[in-house]
Amino acid sequence: MTTRVGHAVFGRPAHPRFPSIDIPEPKMTLLIEKSAPRTQEKPHKVRGKVRLREHLMGWLFVGPFGIVFLAFLIAPLAYALYLSLFQKKLIGGTSFVLLDNYVKAFTDPSFLSGSWFVIRFSLVSIPLQIIAALAMALILDAVTSLFTRFSRLMIFLPYAIPTVIGAVMWGFLYSKSFGPLTDIFGLFGATPPDFLSSNLIFYGLVNIVTWQWAGYYMIILYAALQGIDPTLYEAARMDGAGRWQIALRIKIPLIAPALLLILVFSLIGTLQFFNEPQILRSLAAGTIGPDFTPNMYAYQQAFALANFNYGSAISFALGGIVFIGVYAFLFFTRKRRSFL
Amino acid sequence: MSARSRARRPQRHLPLQVLLGFLVVYFLVPFWWVIVNSSKDASGLFGGGNTLWFADRIDYLGNLQQLFTYDNGIYGRWILNSTLYAIAGGVGATILAVMAGYGFAKYRFAARRFSFALVLGALMVPATALVIPTFIMFSGLGLTNTIWAVILPSLLNPFGVYLMHVYARDAVPDEILDAARADGAGELRTFLQVAFPLMRPAVVTVLLLSAVASWNNYFLPLAMLSDNRLFPVTVGLGLWQGIASANNAGTTSLWSLIILGALVSVIPLIIAFFTLQRHWRGGLSVGGLR
Repeated sequence: MTTRVGHAVFGRPAHPRFPSIDIPEPKMTLLIEKSAPRTQEKPHKVRGKVRLREHLMGWLFVGPFGIVFLAFLIAPLAYALYLSLFQKKLIGGTSFVLLDNYVKAFTDPSFLSGSWFVIRFSLVSIPLQIIAALAMALILDAVTSLFTRFSRLMIFLPYAIPTVIGAVMWGFLYSKSFGPLTDIFGLFGATPPDFLSSNLIFYGLVNIVTWQWAGYYMIILYAALQGIDPTLYEAARMDGAGRWQIALRIKIPLIAPALLLILVFSLIGTLQFFNEPQILRSLAAGTIGPDFTPNMYAYQQAFALANFNYGSAISFALGGIVFIGVYAFLFFTRKRRSFL
Repeated sequence: MSARSRARRPQRHLPLQVLLGFLVVYFLVPFWWVIVNSSKDASGLFGGGNTLWFADRIDYLGNLQQLFTYDNGIYGRWILNSTLYAIAGGVGATILAVMAGYGFAKYRFAARRFSFALVLGALMVPATALVIPTFIMFSGLGLTNTIWAVILPSLLNPFGVYLMHVYARDAVPDEILDAARADGAGELRTFLQVAFPLMRPAVVTVLLLSAVASWNNYFLPLAMLSDNRLFPVTVGLGLWQGIASANNAGTTSLWSLIILGALVSVIPLIIAFFTLQRHWRGGLSVGGLR
């Protein structure tokens, strides 16, 4: 979770519309067209100076970002693809091998076990984070007091902590030398769980990730809940709906787009899992190998073994899997939602 | 805000509040541990005392002095580096995102729809997949192990462009822009003096998010930098932790530096979040996010 795409939180001027969160998807462009219906744009058959000027100004505004986009997104992706098609051999130098690196990756136990780990990890940690965030958001939305306002801020606080520092802090808490677990379990005469052991490291990491992100997701969901028109609740109460029914039948369906958004971003973040296991590696000697996650494996191949071709292939395969997976997921949910 | 006040139904459910209390404790435990243990010296840390309470000797000042003088004050450098990367990356990414978002929203130009679809697709590309090829490209240009290796890739923020596009589309009416143009203002002046003020709330948000992303970044600087005098604080503390764990016995003093270093490094962002609370909370209450 190096750079999770920041999202959320900003105000719109006097536009208290229902907090619809449109999932980024090419379909969006259709919406944009709707906002300003114009004649078909035909770049070559420019009608007069005005159109040419508009093309020019548009590109002047978008251009600087476009350059950065080409230089630091398109070019690296293309270059990774290019590099991944070659192999460096001790004898004979670098040679073109087409898909050999990918064949190697998808039969490489290190890459496969790392991929399997992040998939299992996503299946456990993402639902946990989202359910925790949803529960907290619903509580904070339903109960108002000075204490809940304080809680909201405190639960959000870990978001302000770099994931690396979060992992360092939890590493201390898990540690046998200076963590509190020994003391606490000692009170009951029990042996403390060792979250840095190979049995429990999975849960140790689930806990760190949940601690780090649940508050952030809570804030997003809370914002969406606050945007719901409260007269809806009044109407539901008139109809005899209880508190639970209001939460389940009104609140949750209305914030479904926000739930989908955090689901997508947490998926993208979790599949490129790197920071936390990398930091805990030094504490959990032997538990976390250099191929613990695909991203760590790519890092090791590239920077420890200087095998940039294979490292690029792993990076590109991982990026491709994430991209296709998320895209398919969005497509699927989009379709299903339209039937609801 | 308005939703809250209209509801006007002060409800206090004790069980829920107690549950919240437990949650707050959970979220604060790591902070508490760091605050307590950064007051201890090596003997306090390893002496087997209570790990969740202060030792007899509370020595924040001594530890702080050690932290900022260790290895010729490398820790202070790390904090300054992080600040530089966060400001340069954050401000740069925001300027580019604001311009591009405005351009996408307010001009019909050739290949606009295609370009915007590319930007949306980029949201789904994991950032870490770009690090290795970018590293090789930069090493060909001799840019690795310089501050540019960290700052330049941070300028890319497709999500910022997306947010600014949505915001500019809704918050900046075409009529106002046309009126400004009719009054003889050029395109740049229209953007800076008419559109930009209207987009300011979103600009603050994008700036905050980009700066936080740069401050928190670990994988990119870890890959790009080898000179530890260029490290941001995340990579620096990771380095110390690796050293301290590798030879546990010899470097007991390093542990207390790491603990205090972690505490000091989180203070700037916590302050930023608390002082800018009005911005992000004011924004939140409108419920606009998209």
